[in-house]
Amino acid sequence: MSNHNRHERAQGSPYAPHTPEDTAAMLDAIGLESEAELFDVPAEVRFEDELGIEPRSERELRAELSSTLAKNDDLTEFLGRDHHTHYVPSLIDELSERSEFLTSYTQYQPEITQGFLQALFEYQSLVVELTGLPIANCSMYDAATALGEAARLAGRVRQASGTRVLVPEILHENKRAVLENYVDGTDLTVHTYPMADGTVDVEALAEAADEETAMIYAENPTVHGTIESRLEAVGDVADDVEALFCLGSDVVALGLLTEPASVGADVVVGEADALGLPTAYGMGLGLFATREAFLRQVPGRLVGAGEDAAGKRAYTLTLQTREQHIRKERATSNICTNQAWVALRTAMHLAWLGPDGLVDLASQCVREAQSLAERLSELRGVKAPIHDRHHFREFLVRTDQPASAIASDLEASGFAVHVVDDHRLQVCVTDVNAAATDALVAAFEEAL
Amino acid sequence: MNHDQARYGDDERYEPLLSEKDTTSVDVEEQSPLPDDLTRDSLELPGLSEPELARHYTRLSQMNWSVESGPYPLGSCTMKYNPSFTEDVAADPNGAVHPDRSEASLQGTLEVLHGLQDYLARIGGMDAVTLQPPAGAAGEFTGILVAKAYHESRGDDRSEVIVPASAHGTNFASAAMAGYDVVELPSGEDGRVDIEALEAAVSEDTAALMLTNPNTVGLFERDIVEIADIVHDAGGLLYYDGANLNALLGRARPGDMGFDVMHYNVHKTFATPHGGGGPGAGPVGVVDDLVEFLPSPRVCETEGGYELCEPEQTIGKVHGYQGNWLVLVKAYAYIARLGDEGLEDASAKAVLNANYLAEQLDYEIPYGPFHHEFAATAGDRDAADVAKRMLDYGVHPPTTKWPEFVPEAMLTEPTEAESRASLDDLAAAFNAAMADSIEDVESAPSKTTARRIDQAAAARNPRLSWQALDDEE
Repeated sequence: MSNHNRHERAQGSPYAPHTPEDTAAMLDAIGLESEAELFDVPAEVRFEDELGIEPRSERELRAELSSTLAKNDDLTEFLGRDHHTHYVPSLIDELSERSEFLTSYTQYQPEITQGFLQALFEYQSLVVELTGLPIANCSMYDAATALGEAARLAGRVRQASGTRVLVPEILHENKRAVLENYVDGTDLTVHTYPMADGTVDVEALAEAADEETAMIYAENPTVHGTIESRLEAVGDVADDVEALFCLGSDVVALGLLTEPASVGADVVVGEADALGLPTAYGMGLGLFATREAFLRQVPGRLVGAGEDAAGKRAYTLTLQTREQHIRKERATSNICTNQAWVALRTAMHLAWLGPDGLVDLASQCVREAQSLAERLSELRGVKAPIHDRHHFREFLVRTDQPASAIASDLEASGFAVHVVDDHRLQVCVTDVNAAATDALVAAFEEAL
Repeated sequence: MNHDQARYGDDERYEPLLSEKDTTSVDVEEQSPLPDDLTRDSLELPGLSEPELARHYTRLSQMNWSVESGPYPLGSCTMKYNPSFTEDVAADPNGAVHPDRSEASLQGTLEVLHGLQDYLARIGGMDAVTLQPPAGAAGEFTGILVAKAYHESRGDDRSEVIVPASAHGTNFASAAMAGYDVVELPSGEDGRVDIEALEAAVSEDTAALMLTNPNTVGLFERDIVEIADIVHDAGGLLYYDGANLNALLGRARPGDMGFDVMHYNVHKTFATPHGGGGPGAGPVGVVDDLVEFLPSPRVCETEGGYELCEPEQTIGKVHGYQGNWLVLVKAYAYIARLGDEGLEDASAKAVLNANYLAEQLDYEIPYGPFHHEFAATAGDRDAADVAKRMLDYGVHPPTTKWPEFVPEAMLTEPTEAESRASLDDLAAAFNAAMADSIEDVESAPSKTTARRIDQAAAARNPRLSWQALDDEE
């Protein structure tokens, strides 16, 4: 093999710097003759066989993975449903991939990790601005697990009694499934309340809510892209039964839509990865913000400002007695490794957009959805949007013909859309695929 | 080693916040295409130009320690080098796909994931693997839910999970999250599981014992086969916390030791970058009896391709989609880069490095023989103070004051990535910090961006956003 690093030996890790002479000298220093003697593993559980994993060179692996991933069809995606993508500027990759950020650990020694701590403090502050709630943690895994944590918080705090968690009947099935697992070990149970034409049926919700209700969850926009107009009334229902009001959203929508704090939200969860992260097969960043009253019940890490011995402002992880490494089984959550690097990217993207840029982007999500829906509705046997509501990024499409057949035809023409059920599709449009809407409409017409 | 970390800023702070550089307020209603009752009134955010942002974040990065800056021997964290090429692999635009696409259009992604499931199963001696959990603790939670579903499917109502006192805090928290009572198992005198205490702890209520091996002071649980028998005889399952797997690659496998379910920390063992706290990934491996309880979906092989399949008695989902793709693909690339011999060598060098480093230290190390990590004690000094002093010598200190059964513990894991010369520097930093005067130690650090931070004061007066700082003024 040519062109290899001098430390790269035929039989070893290319990422261990030891020359054979080093290894011999080091073994000698600790009084051993061979590496095998380093292991205090009883013979009965020693593994003598082969794993059967063939090593490859860097060049071979890049070629291999590139050709494997090229087996994915080249489709223009009109897909959303809790995993949204907007154009990510090159600057985000360039800066976030600086190894000082990428290869650092959780900031257990704050004096030497001020840079990342400040970036996370800024992320928290940006979330505070978007939600209007004063406390934001520095990341959860994704929107679904953040919702699970919110329900567990509602189960813990004395401000909410009861054990019922009410969720909208229009909810991503994966999110519901994750929520069920997060409350599995508690007294909490999950129940649905009805929707009316794609948004919360407030009267039906009021009927479903009672003193046994611990939390009411609503989304804006919903998983079908509809924008809620009666969030204040939802918050009032929650107040009436002394339940927490948890609102789900995402960082782009929050730049435009009703501020959660203004309608009485106690907790905001959602998708912070809509900015900063390219489409990543569902990898996310969970947003989590809440009121001051629940500060000591917050799951996950918090960065606070303090002072150092020089009298200057400095940052540190704080209120760690909530966390698993100190509180063990009484911790507010088991989370340790989180999505800090994604939060760094999201903060960078938000700062890059600025307030005008964010409002523009969010407005585009409304305009593009409206315009695409109108154009699809002009096709014979197609109605879009199904709900008589304003929409954000995505909307439902009713088709006289079977939805799955249309989706297959669209896929053959190079487009991916969601199949919701027999006669409903869902289409999502953002700045990333807006330029392909003409082609989508043409392919749609052909598929009918 | 001489070291002075970058330090920007002025008399008040080390670098102004984004909000201190610019705050711009916009009237949302004016720009919005929606009726006013659906929108917020205004939005106030920093509005900086790209060059200003580039400088802001470059400066922040320079005020941050990382694996590429120098030694980072945090015990139980496995801060090994993260190969650059894995970043290029993860950035492949063909991998940037939405998870709701049809399986037929995602054959490349599914092939990579299936390949990783297969590699991890081989490495752990497990029969099947799910890649869905997004972190180690999420893997623990998943594994315990799988164990719970298994017991419930047999009509077996069990209420307790046993966790050694020395275990990672996540073990306790994950078991409690799944609804179990946690029974803490005291450590034996030799730092390992006390067999008599275990026998006394197991009962018909035992759902599982969670164990890491080597344990949190680097010792191999020599009685692992007996431990497995005790737990299995009581009808419980044995859970392997994969945080310390970097010690054993290719030399011993949890499945062969009698473990039924395990998680892998790919951001530790398989060299994916920690990213300042995450993302990681915590795949879970299980033996045959537990496969049907795994989260949905798994990636299954079909004739000539791959599909997503739902285990018959699945626990459901633990992540909104299929976990942290960008991490998983890097783990695949790392494992494939090393292969059998490279993986085995990585563990050998990790254990060699820990032992070589320990040999140079003027510290007592109460427990051994250890593998990839060891717990030194700072004796009559405060381990946290000694750690602060080490920062001045151009290295990151070890994990301090944990595990608790080692007084003033300094849990040290150098990983295989440190050269002999680097280990010598690290040892010199350890020893110098211990030899320095109490005044020097207690006033450290001075060469880092910030001087000693009063963390207790920060917690007493929590200010968690720039809005909170503004309110104070």
